[in-house]
Amino acid sequence: MKHHRILRVAAKLLIPPILLFALYVQFHGDFGPGGGFQAGVIFAAAIILYALIFGVERARQVVPPSVALFLVAAGLLLYAGVGVASILLGGNYLDYSVLAHEQTHGQHIGILLIELGVGVTVAAVMITIFYGFAGRGS
Amino acid sequence: MLSAGLFNYWIVVVLMMTGFYIVISRSNLVKKIVGLNIFQTSVFILYITAGKIAGGTAPILDDRFDVYSNPLPHVLILTAIVVGVATTSLGLALVVRIREAYGTIEEEEIELQDASAQRREDEEAEAPKGDGAPAGGRGRDS
Amino acid sequence: MIEAHLPALQVVLPLIAAPLCVLLRHAGLVWLFATLVTWASLAVAIALLQQVLAGGVIVYELGGWEPPWGIELRIDEANAFVLVIVASIAAVVMPFAKRSVADEVEADKIYLFYSMYLLCLTGLLGIAITGDAFNLFVFLEISSLSSYVLIALGKDRRALHAAYQYLILGTIGATFYLIGVGFLYIATGTLNMVDLAERIPQVQDLQSVHAAIAFILIGIGLKAAVFPLHLWLPNAYCYAPSVVTAFLAATATKVSIYVLLRVFFTVFGADFTFGVVPMTAILMLLGGAGMLVGSLVAIFQTNAKRLLAYSSIAQIGYMVLGLAIGSVTGVSAAIVHLFNHAMMKGGLFLVLGCIVFRSGSTLVRDLAGVGKSMPLTSAAFVVGGLSLIGVPLTTGFISKWVLIEAALEEGYWYAAVLVVFSSLLAIAYVWRVVEVAYFQEPSREVAALREAPMILLAPTWLLILANIYFGVDTSVTLGVAEQAARTLIGAGP
Repeated sequence: MKHHRILRVAAKLLIPPILLFALYVQFHGDFGPGGGFQAGVIFAAAIILYALIFGVERARQVVPPSVALFLVAAGLLLYAGVGVASILLGGNYLDYSVLAHEQTHGQHIGILLIELGVGVTVAAVMITIFYGFAGRGS
Repeated sequence: MLSAGLFNYWIVVVLMMTGFYIVISRSNLVKKIVGLNIFQTSVFILYITAGKIAGGTAPILDDRFDVYSNPLPHVLILTAIVVGVATTSLGLALVVRIREAYGTIEEEEIELQDASAQRREDEEAEAPKGDGAPAGGRGRDS
Repeated sequence: MIEAHLPALQVVLPLIAAPLCVLLRHAGLVWLFATLVTWASLAVAIALLQQVLAGGVIVYELGGWEPPWGIELRIDEANAFVLVIVASIAAVVMPFAKRSVADEVEADKIYLFYSMYLLCLTGLLGIAITGDAFNLFVFLEISSLSSYVLIALGKDRRALHAAYQYLILGTIGATFYLIGVGFLYIATGTLNMVDLAERIPQVQDLQSVHAAIAFILIGIGLKAAVFPLHLWLPNAYCYAPSVVTAFLAATATKVSIYVLLRVFFTVFGADFTFGVVPMTAILMLLGGAGMLVGSLVAIFQTNAKRLLAYSSIAQIGYMVLGLAIGSVTGVSAAIVHLFNHAMMKGGLFLVLGCIVFRSGSTLVRDLAGVGKSMPLTSAAFVVGGLSLIGVPLTTGFISKWVLIEAALEEGYWYAAVLVVFSSLLAIAYVWRVVEVAYFQEPSREVAALREAPMILLAPTWLLILANIYFGVDTSVTLGVAEQAARTLIGAGP
């Protein structure tokens, strides 16, 4: 895609806002519409756009496949870990209320961490799927 | 009962039958996955439609509104969509591998190849024993 | 403190272990870790069964949300028993897996194999433990998606096509279940199984509720490979890695049969399922046809793995028949056969795994003379085969005895005749393998085979001996099954 200057410039302009929007959707998810699933997909979309315009090889340098696979597992562990933490603190599995001194605050921390886990896993899974298909036959 | 209130449910029925028909009738493995997606999508619409309450707004608490749509089906379907994405990507990954192993994505041709492999196994069974090499194509890269 | 959280741990243990396997990466370490996790799961399952037997139903609210709003895990005798079946097969198969998987799966994918295996275990345990109809769908898909991957890891390229076919049919099945649950949600406004059970009698005249039970029967019937929805099963079992075949054959279809039991008896209630809907006639037809066709087709197979796969279809027929009879004896026959069939099929597929490990083939003709070169392995097949036929002193006999008793109690004499006839057919297909293994001259390759290593033989014989043990001492299995049947039907303890 070396000669498509318009595409390359447009992509360079678009990718930072897309990443920023993903983070907004991620962290605004507990006040309004949004959350980990959506944020993860938007974040991965930015990386996939980068790969489409600048080539899969360069995208692999930005997010190496091994890192993506690590993040898939790490996000899931964060999710499950919050559940285990709430058991250790005396609540039921995934009962966020016990995560802080005050119930509402605990709920807040809980949902934030859970959504973060979801977001990381979804983004990493999307990127891994893309690498899995795009790397084939090249 | 062709009333406008049932419009969404008619869409569901049409999409469901279209998708199901594609899965059954097409021999192309990718088209089958497309059909499966349409089939699943119809179920998503079924749930979302059931969650709508006439006059209700999006379920975000606010003093100006007192009627909200039921948010539960939306959450359920978000989960089902994720499951659908996983199924689609796994199905397509299998298609890629099948194409690498068989050289085709037409189910009829794959079945022909499988049937001839099966015939070879059966014929060898009647031939004198002792040449029993493990059967089946092992030539496949990762 | 830990006792109170056992229901959550049952699912969460393998769920957390799966991503940890991806992080560990080293094949040997991952195997050791996964083995310990499956053993811990078994310990949790047994502890849960004891708790239930001692103190009745256990309810666990996920996230502390009260049902019917939150998801609850609900364990009574029936699913505690299923949990023990699934966890024990998973735990016994793991030691076998080390050498067998190293032999059959590419080295750089082994850690992913165990990760998928644990996810599949998570899904199956989750299906059994949950008390929420939609949550059941999610666990169903977790177990299905991971089992597609596991099957596709088979060496033969036909494994890919088998996995693809299973994916298409499995997804249609799961989506049908989802449609059924959707109709129930629209009619009642709840997804909690206990809540559904309370509300369905008030709406049982609605067409959508009748459609719901039909969709769920077809959807779960596809996953359980109830005849004639079994088309995915023979290829999937035939070409999957040996460990996967043994694990799935012993657990996946059993869990689906459990779902049918749960949905028919707990959610819809026996009055609706057998009174309003003619479920007895439908299931009796499907079960009877499955028993006959499965056994008949099995006789003509040239591949021993496929032969056992068709025999599985026949065995599922027995369970469906028990379910169709619908009495306490009938349902306990179905439940006890869940356990017994898991033991015999798990054991038999492990025997074939041993043979694959040495010779690389499960074609019946390649088994000629194995009886001489691998005596212990072949003897295990004979004992397992006797159990499959239903010879006295084996578990197979117990299941069939109870099933025939149930059929005669309710006056379905033709069902009893079918069970006996199908057992006669079982003699034919088991004998085919035994005859080739013991009474034919071995080829040079087969004569040179050595006995399978101890680490493969030990789990195999453990399952095979379980067939004898639970065939002689039926107090545990039959006792729990009968109690579970009483709870399901609601006839009191």
